[in-house]
Amino acid sequence: MFVPLAVGDMLGKLTLNAIPLDQPIPLIAGGVVILVVVAVIAWIVLRGHLPYLWREWITSVDHKRIGVMYVLLGLVMLLRGFIDAIMMRSQQALAFHAAGYLPPEHYDQVFSAHGTIMIFFAAMPLMIGLMNFVVPLQLGVRDVAFPTLNSTSFWLTATGALLVNISLVIGEFARTGWLPYPPLSEARYSPGVGVDYYLWALQISGVGTLLTGVNFVTTILKIRAPGMSYLRMPVFCWTALCANLLIVAAFPVLTATLAMLLLDRYLGFHFFTNSAGGNMMMFINLIWAWGHPEVYILVLPAFGVFSEVIPTFSGKPLFGYRSMVVATLFICLVSFLVWLHHFFTMGAGGDVNATFGIATSIIAVGTGVKIYNWMFTMYGGRIRFATPMLWSMGFLVTFTIGGMTGVLLAVPPADFQLHNSLFLVAHFHNVIIAGVLFAAFAGLTYWFPKAFGFRLHEGWGKAAFWFSLAGFYITFIPLYAVGLLGMTRRMQHYDLALWRPWVLAAGVGILVFMCALACQVIQLVVSIRRREELRDFTGDPWNGRSLEWSTASPPPAFNFAVLPNVQGEEPYWHIKRRAIETQQLTAEPDYQPIEMPRNSPTGFITAFFATVTGFALIWDIWWLVGVGLACAYAVFVWFAWRDVEEHQIPAEEVARIDRARRKAREEWLATEGHEEWLTSHGQGGTS
Amino acid sequence: MSAVDTVSFRRTRDLDPYKLGHREAGEHGLATGHGEGGPASKRVIVGYGFWIFLLSDVVLFSCLFAAHAVLQTATAGGPSGRELFNPWSIAIETACLLASSFTCGLSAVATGVRSQIWTQLTLAITGLLGLAFLLLEAHDFAGMVAAGAGPTRSAFLSSLFAVVGCHGCHVTAGLLWLGTMMAQVFFKGFRPNILRRLLCFNLFWHVLDIIWVALFTIVYLIGEGR
Repeated sequence: MFVPLAVGDMLGKLTLNAIPLDQPIPLIAGGVVILVVVAVIAWIVLRGHLPYLWREWITSVDHKRIGVMYVLLGLVMLLRGFIDAIMMRSQQALAFHAAGYLPPEHYDQVFSAHGTIMIFFAAMPLMIGLMNFVVPLQLGVRDVAFPTLNSTSFWLTATGALLVNISLVIGEFARTGWLPYPPLSEARYSPGVGVDYYLWALQISGVGTLLTGVNFVTTILKIRAPGMSYLRMPVFCWTALCANLLIVAAFPVLTATLAMLLLDRYLGFHFFTNSAGGNMMMFINLIWAWGHPEVYILVLPAFGVFSEVIPTFSGKPLFGYRSMVVATLFICLVSFLVWLHHFFTMGAGGDVNATFGIATSIIAVGTGVKIYNWMFTMYGGRIRFATPMLWSMGFLVTFTIGGMTGVLLAVPPADFQLHNSLFLVAHFHNVIIAGVLFAAFAGLTYWFPKAFGFRLHEGWGKAAFWFSLAGFYITFIPLYAVGLLGMTRRMQHYDLALWRPWVLAAGVGILVFMCALACQVIQLVVSIRRREELRDFTGDPWNGRSLEWSTASPPPAFNFAVLPNVQGEEPYWHIKRRAIETQQLTAEPDYQPIEMPRNSPTGFITAFFATVTGFALIWDIWWLVGVGLACAYAVFVWFAWRDVEEHQIPAEEVARIDRARRKAREEWLATEGHEEWLTSHGQGGTS
Repeated sequence: MSAVDTVSFRRTRDLDPYKLGHREAGEHGLATGHGEGGPASKRVIVGYGFWIFLLSDVVLFSCLFAAHAVLQTATAGGPSGRELFNPWSIAIETACLLASSFTCGLSAVATGVRSQIWTQLTLAITGLLGLAFLLLEAHDFAGMVAAGAGPTRSAFLSSLFAVVGCHGCHVTAGLLWLGTMMAQVFFKGFRPNILRRLLCFNLFWHVLDIIWVALFTIVYLIGEGR
């Protein structure tokens, strides 16, 4: 390829004009973000934390560390997406017979960024983070199948998030919604770099997600503790398995579809153009063939979280374990057969629409089974209303409402009325907030002590829950109503007085959500400051039932000194019962040295070059694309060339760490773990 | 459900380390990586994981095939497959690729007996056949573009170039990988991790062949009749 020598040409399309100096909002927002990032980095470097950060986190291949980093990324991006939400609600509150404060081209970027960020960079990392942290612990093993690949997956996801945020200050983001429907997203109608930012961010993070899917399917199917047969796995592992099967089957569809759009935009192909035979409805079909399974990729792990939390805080084994597994697999399968309900209005004909409408209604049966199972788990149990349980119960009620409006939308004639209205917006926020977000917070509060050794403050957690629940209803019930009154989504301004009160009410709702956010932040700060009184000494702060609670909090790098030998469902519950009945732990095992994978910067370096390549592709800086790809290949060879892949933890070290854990357990047995504990802590799994 | 903690899994590692399909009576589900048998061996994990990845790659191709099936007649007044395809060139490409798959299989045999020279030789032939395939394909593409039948001419040609080109990109990546593997085998010998990578490379190369068979059928055989 011809390499131009002039410096101006060397930067491709990138010029100083790319920085939106005339738009104060993104400029100030970007400035603040840059300031915060620089301040954090400066603080890290000046306090000498950089070597620690590099050694223990950035290059870590430990699934627990990677899980924590995923959750952190998810929370930061949740904040970013939430700020977008505030802007949208406030714009609509102001823009009655008025222009509001966001011009249309900016407002369009805000709602596109909001959807993209919330789905790909908030909800996905939160769910994948929880899976990363929990699944190997629950399976009773030491790590995932491919630890270095796992680190690479995380950093590629972070690359995608970074590119989306770079678009805030350099150039622009897409104005095409969270799914860039052609022909609007084609080069002819969206000539700027916004859609390119969207596409490359998603292509790169999509590779990361796909590799996560490969990793977890392999882990769950091939690496489980001895005795951990499929039907002894906790339901969270089952839902993680199904979610990852969906990732493996669905994410290539996203990659292929976006690649076709990229070919259209960059090389003048005609996949989706409205000339030369292109077929834009093919994009809609393909993107939803990924998009609908994606919904279940998010919500299945959420169902898994609730299936762990509800039994623990009800003091009972999960009701209908096998029906839960069957329902999960059923949803996994049927989620691929309903995609057309996203565009009934395409006009595929009555028979096609009816088929997909019925399939959509049927998928609710699987979810219904689960809802009843959770309720029957609570029935007759000794329910403790701790924060994770509150999130779960809030989910049960709210998600059911969202499910019912979903079944309503599944009826094609009704959908023709409600398509693209705020009713639809309210519906999917109803299921995603109540399903995925509530699950994320339930899981976060539930597993936080396992990760950090101390619990989160209950009072602030409960306040966050109640504000979130109230915020949800105050925001989205009005949107249901105004959707029924005919207000369509994505309106930058409107003139109909009928809608005005509902839009204002939704604006109040977002204020309540802001209170919930404040409570979350305060909860974290208070908990860290008061960590000594919230300390979890035994490793089992909630009286848990699955294997992760048999480890110390936080668990050692190798998780289990000796792989547990699983005898049935809820293995840890039985270990605990036996310890109390016999008033002693099982005999001390014969400690052996443990081989663990060595840390590796491969993931981080790969992601660095992926960022460079992605940025260069967005701005047509072709020489840099070549450099980035060549360096990525060099990293691959360099990684493949290393001779020592593992390091050994000596038997004495293993013994020392595990004896400390056993000592804490023995103290607990001597003080609290008596016969009364058995009678006061509900039923075992032997019924 | 019993809570008695007896170590019930016996293994006869020496005879059949992975117990692949050779379960003895009464040991149902105790092979590693199955049922209650505990974690699988690293070789099984790596091979299995790579199969999962390959399946995802097949899904990616299936989308491109679907797009091509939709757009196969969308020639927008431009040339159709019947006018464009050169059956001889495609036949030679196919022969190169199928032969390379055969030599790739031979390399697995040579690796099995730990023969450095035969492994290198068969891998080199595999690579050369792959390269010949790529050059022929590039030649075909260049001819089509020169004749005004490039990917921008019609949706049919867009999808043709995309699906065939995507396969070509995979072959290119495979060649890079193959070269890296030859160097690794040469410098590091038949270490367990190198053997696992060779296994994965073999899987990859054979799957490219399978994709080509589908591509030959859907794009060229059916396209020839349109």
